[in-house]
Amino acid sequence: MIIHALAFYLFAAIAVASGFMVIAARNPVHSVLFLILAFFNAAGLFVLMGAEFLAMILVIVYVGAVAVLFLFVVMMLDINFVELRQGFLQYLPIGGLIGFILLVELLLVLGGWASVPHVASSGALPIPPPEQVTNTHALGHVLYTKYVYLFQGSGLILLVAMIGAIVLTLRHRPGVRRQDIAVQTYRRRDEAVEVKKVEPRQGI
Amino acid sequence: MTDTIWQTLWQGYIWPGGLILANILALVVPLLIAVAYLTLMERKVLAAMSLRMGPNVVGPFGLLQPFADAVKLIFKEPIIPSGANKILFIMAPCLTFILALIAWAVIPVAEGWVISNINVGVLYLFAISSLGVYGIIVAGWSSNSRYAFLGALRSSAQMVSYEVSMGFVIITVLLCVGSLNLSAIVEAQRTVWFALPLFPMFIIFFISTLAETNRHPFDLPEAEAELVAGYQVEYSSMHFALFFLGEYANMILMSGMTTILFLGGWLPPIDVAPFNWLPGIFWFALKILLLLFVFIWIRAALPRYRYDQLMRLGWKVFLPISLFWVVATAGFLVAFDLLPKGV
Repeated sequence: MIIHALAFYLFAAIAVASGFMVIAARNPVHSVLFLILAFFNAAGLFVLMGAEFLAMILVIVYVGAVAVLFLFVVMMLDINFVELRQGFLQYLPIGGLIGFILLVELLLVLGGWASVPHVASSGALPIPPPEQVTNTHALGHVLYTKYVYLFQGSGLILLVAMIGAIVLTLRHRPGVRRQDIAVQTYRRRDEAVEVKKVEPRQGI
Repeated sequence: MTDTIWQTLWQGYIWPGGLILANILALVVPLLIAVAYLTLMERKVLAAMSLRMGPNVVGPFGLLQPFADAVKLIFKEPIIPSGANKILFIMAPCLTFILALIAWAVIPVAEGWVISNINVGVLYLFAISSLGVYGIIVAGWSSNSRYAFLGALRSSAQMVSYEVSMGFVIITVLLCVGSLNLSAIVEAQRTVWFALPLFPMFIIFFISTLAETNRHPFDLPEAEAELVAGYQVEYSSMHFALFFLGEYANMILMSGMTTILFLGGWLPPIDVAPFNWLPGIFWFALKILLLLFVFIWIRAALPRYRYDQLMRLGWKVFLPISLFWVVATAGFLVAFDLLPKGV
């Protein structure tokens, strides 16, 4: 399919270009917006591979929630990015090293080089062909049977992270008047209103 | 030789492409007309609820009012503030409008009447509706104005908060259906609409759609009394119109989503003679219209929530209730062995 190939090159090219712009853009808000564009094109690539569930989850989780909070924070920060860039050369060796390691890892995965051969074979669970099940079902079957402990474990890690964030930011300030809706709705008229007989020229 | 190339081009690309284009036009043109008349309906209904006449000068019963509004907005001068980020400033309303339209690609308006019947229709809708926040937040930031930015911040916090409970509501429905396909969800409601067995979730979902579309009583992002229209404050002319149309298209979209998830989509209320003679699209449109009327009714009836009340409702009321209902529904389905035996 020509259209398929064209779509792939379009998505891939935009993803790479916007990935570059994330680090090249002067304005941090533009960086985040380019990051969102990159996520979006990655989702497009997933759709081309037939992994529509992963594509939608990528958009919902990363674009719809994570990047929004990211944008939220970046918009309110007052950072001088020109100043931050001063240390560019200083951090170049370590950044380059990390990039190199990632590149080597990617090449290892792509090259299919198995350091422990039996691990690779046991990871491949027989998945029914896509004509029989949708990939949501296929993913669910694998995730909730073979990898259920890993799945639950990652859930617990997220829970711990969430509780940690709450503990770090929770503080009880004294003197804050909070609205207690239960108290408000249970208040009766005779508790709230006092009827007084006012004598003329006397006042209360 | 050239003949066969043209033939393959025609059969493989041009004809199907044209067909898709025709499908899209057949959906978008009625949708835009519906959006235009929704604005009129809102003004008429609001007027009736406060014992006024509403627009009644342009055309019979004011029926041409939407077109008069459109012409007026087109002829206004588009103003771009000098401190604004120009590209993003123009991009934001376009984004809002585009997102409001592309979600309709997966909505089945009647049996088999859908542009793209994809497997993960619900997730697609959820993803698109969660993207709606970008139009607002980009508009607020690029306007370089305090009011607009405050509106954008409020709106992003609000939409992200209410998406969480919306997600749980959708999960409950999916548990009962066993498929993410929107047509399958409607078909699963042949016996009973999900609004009845899942009534609390229906209410939560509807209120969450109010928050998701920034409608009353959750219209804090554009609170006209404190933020002078929030993120739209710097916009004029067609830029403003795109926001306006996008918002109303979103209202119709969210009503459509509620209809599909809870009110049985294109299915008639009871499957007997006089009701199932009517085509499915009639029932679909009628249910959407009913929900839209409730949208407007709520606007006329309820005051605006305060910001902390809004957050409390989302996180402390809706989230626990919907989480409980997910667990309860799953438990019920497992206990009575009612889980859908899907593919």
